[in-house]
Amino acid sequence: MKIPYALLTLFIVVNFGFLQNALIQKIAARVGRRYGIPVWQNYIDLIKNYGQRSSITHGVMFYLGPVFRLSGGVGLLLFVPSIYGSEMFSNFSFAGDLILALYFVFFGTLGMALGAAESGHPHSAIGITRGLSQVTAAELPFALAVFSVALQYQTLSVTDIVAAQQGSILNWTVFTNPLAVAAAMLGFLGSMMRPPFDVVLAPQEIPIGPPTEYHSSYLALMQTNRAIFPVAKMVIYMSLFFGGATSWPVFFLKVFCIYLWSAFVGVVFPRFRVEQSIRWFLIWAVPIGVLSIVLM
Amino acid sequence: MKPELMKRMVKGPDGQEFEVEPLRDYYCEAAPTVMPAAYIKIVEDFFNWARSESIWILGFGTGCGAIEMRPLMTPRFDAYRYGVQWRPTPRQSNLFIISGYLSVKTLKRAIRSYEQMQSPKYVIGLGSCTINGGMYWDSYNTIKRLDDYLPVDLYIAGCMPRPEALLAGFMDMKKIIRAGNAEGANKYAENFDWYKANQKQVIHDWDMPDYNW
Ligand code: SF4
Repeated sequence: MKIPYALLTLFIVVNFGFLQNALIQKIAARVGRRYGIPVWQNYIDLIKNYGQRSSITHGVMFYLGPVFRLSGGVGLLLFVPSIYGSEMFSNFSFAGDLILALYFVFFGTLGMALGAAESGHPHSAIGITRGLSQVTAAELPFALAVFSVALQYQTLSVTDIVAAQQGSILNWTVFTNPLAVAAAMLGFLGSMMRPPFDVVLAPQEIPIGPPTEYHSSYLALMQTNRAIFPVAKMVIYMSLFFGGATSWPVFFLKVFCIYLWSAFVGVVFPRFRVEQSIRWFLIWAVPIGVLSIVLM
Repeated sequence: MKPELMKRMVKGPDGQEFEVEPLRDYYCEAAPTVMPAAYIKIVEDFFNWARSESIWILGFGTGCGAIEMRPLMTPRFDAYRYGVQWRPTPRQSNLFIISGYLSVKTLKRAIRSYEQMQSPKYVIGLGSCTINGGMYWDSYNTIKRLDDYLPVDLYIAGCMPRPEALLAGFMDMKKIIRAGNAEGANKYAENFDWYKANQKQVIHDWDMPDYNW
């Protein structure tokens, strides 16, 4: 009975992800006094890419790159309960799921790196080096925050952590362990591929980084993941730090607000180079994370 | 031909010798094939609608016209409203805008970029230079008729057309795509020999494979 419900979760999240991405792009465009893309544009792009007549491959790993990436996103989503207290949407969560989730955050990136490397395009290779170093630096404070939270609640199960935060808004980890949340939210900026940390994927930098060679349905797979992965990641943030969600409306609201944080920072600050952003994470985010563990 | 494109023996780091033939090893030389509409009409119409509403332009500027594309990304004209977006890599783009005169040197790059785009793909010639040479009609170093070298779907005339003209051009392009008439890629594949002969006539230092998808 779990599988149809998991698919339903996936369906809701994919659509929510597409609309949310477009909305965030629209908000960024409005800040620049443009109207920006229509909210349904991402769907049309997806159909268009599936409808391309030709596609070429550079080998097996090139095929598998987007597949790995997508399974990273889907896995991340499905092994963490989306709605707390709902049998329907608890997905495949289990006692130690936090560790698995941390693993899945990286899984897609690594698969992508292998796939893009096989395309043989020098820009892909540069994009991968930049991407991996930046993502690693950005995940460090997040990992520290996760350990801090796990120590705080003495458990590695996301469901238990959410359960411990119920009752009052003051039970949320934001208020009980602000340092960990601060470190994680700074790290969050680095993994959303929005400015100031979007040098890896930004068009007109080193053309578009790892996906340089990806097109047609490969690209469409990656676009689908672009809708799922951020939401899946924000579900973890929401569950660990902001009390989880007990219903879909609360889920949508919290996830959107967390995303808005990176969009807000993104429209205000200009782009960092990779070495600048790594330095920024190591100087500002990592010490806060270490402090949160030490004080725990 | 450039020396790095010649066939040669290379010594690997472990002392092994092997032969490298860049044109064979790095490129696929299979000629383009005609790819007709693969689905039943209603599905193909649906895809054509999606293609027309999601035009990804290759960010490649030649001649004076590139400067007129920039305002389209900014608040004044904002082409993103109409589903027109810019992509930095030919693999992901559908529309190639040749924005003005094309020197022979640039033509070579334009051909390579065009061939790397995935079908269906479209070409817009922007400015009178792409139609008949424009004010470069007697230049020794630019091509005169773009249509001889790449299959053009639409021309936007003027010297220089304003961004509004480009927007109007996008709207016309959408109509062509939706009607299923934007088959430039197939035209290119059908008349491949003719296009290649024309291209080789002007490009004298032809040091690339005939077709580098
Ligand atoms: S048509 Fe006029 S503006 Fe355009 S490239 Fe030619 S000379 Fe320049």
